[in-house]
Amino acid sequence: MRRFLPFIIVALVGFITIGAGTMLYRAKRPTTLKISEEKGAEREEQESTHARGPARAPVTLEEFGDFQCPPCGMLSGPLLEIEKDYGAKLRVIFRNFPFPNHQHALEAAYTAEAAGLQGRYWEMHDLLYKEQANWSNAPDAKQLFVSYAKMLGLEMDRFETDIAGPTVKARVTADQERGKSLGVNATPSIFINNQGVPPNSLNPTALRAAIDEALKEKEKPTS
Amino acid sequence: MSSQSKSRVQQSTAIALPRGTVIVYTMIALVSLAGLVDATYLFVQNLAGETAVCGGSPDCFRVLGSVYAKIAGIPVAAIGTVAYFAVFTFATFAAFGYQRARTFLIVTVFAMFLSTLWFLYVQAFLLHAFCRYCLFSAAIIFFLTGLIVATPQRR
Repeated sequence: MRRFLPFIIVALVGFITIGAGTMLYRAKRPTTLKISEEKGAEREEQESTHARGPARAPVTLEEFGDFQCPPCGMLSGPLLEIEKDYGAKLRVIFRNFPFPNHQHALEAAYTAEAAGLQGRYWEMHDLLYKEQANWSNAPDAKQLFVSYAKMLGLEMDRFETDIAGPTVKARVTADQERGKSLGVNATPSIFINNQGVPPNSLNPTALRAAIDEALKEKEKPTS
Repeated sequence: MSSQSKSRVQQSTAIALPRGTVIVYTMIALVSLAGLVDATYLFVQNLAGETAVCGGSPDCFRVLGSVYAKIAGIPVAAIGTVAYFAVFTFATFAAFGYQRARTFLIVTVFAMFLSTLWFLYVQAFLLHAFCRYCLFSAAIIFFLTGLIVATPQRR
């Protein structure tokens, strides 16, 4: 019996590891989010929505992002490439979803919104992601945000007033509320034609495949 | 029986070990279980896609979502899970007196020790961020290495 004991112990630990791992995976497995028709991006689009691409594009990609979230930053470059490649076939919507555990995320969202009030939202959006590594760890990120606003040629007095004003706060809150109502709890969260993209597919190849799939769906003749 | 084949038989079969040595191997096996739990948790997180997003877990995965967290497309956490299981297996067999298992155990723990040094360097100097689960694993591997060094060697 003693001869077999080490084999039994090792096999037992192996089975327990696989079993516990499987149970944990089942508990953590992400649920695929879906936006209902009445909450669809096209219905929700208001003056405050930040969108690039034609309103009647066959595919709409709606992203909930946090400017200080590294995975969002890593995905921003490839998303720009995707936008360029798909051109008029793709509409991209960005919504703020800053996490409280990211020290400067909320301020960054306000910065982008304040730039948006001067018609430069996307320029600031791209710049914040490009410079994420610099301001994320800065003790005084606000100073850097001001320098970005200057770089973009914004009217500085207005920018300073807007960033502390109720309009930008209301816009960020509205985006967060929408995210929460859709079940968003992580960033980046991406919906393609109202269908949530699973976290494992948040890479350029899988996103392109999902967009192609959505395009095919749209091209199908409706009976 | 020739002396060569005699030693081969001795290596593949169990021999009686001093009590102190058995205790050390048992400790190695038990400590490696903590590493196995840690690595399995990270591997599952990776499979569930949590390392690709912020907010799903308390931390934002600057470390686990980085390019250094995969080797040839295989998550380091998966390799860690296999390595800790191997340490547990070898330590268990070594505790039961299997001599060859002891050699495998030393090689595996030494390889894990070198990998740990590399990953600590990556976190400190390349990513400028630390993952607490990785630090926990590093502590376990340092402890395991210490136990291996402290194990009395049989001649």
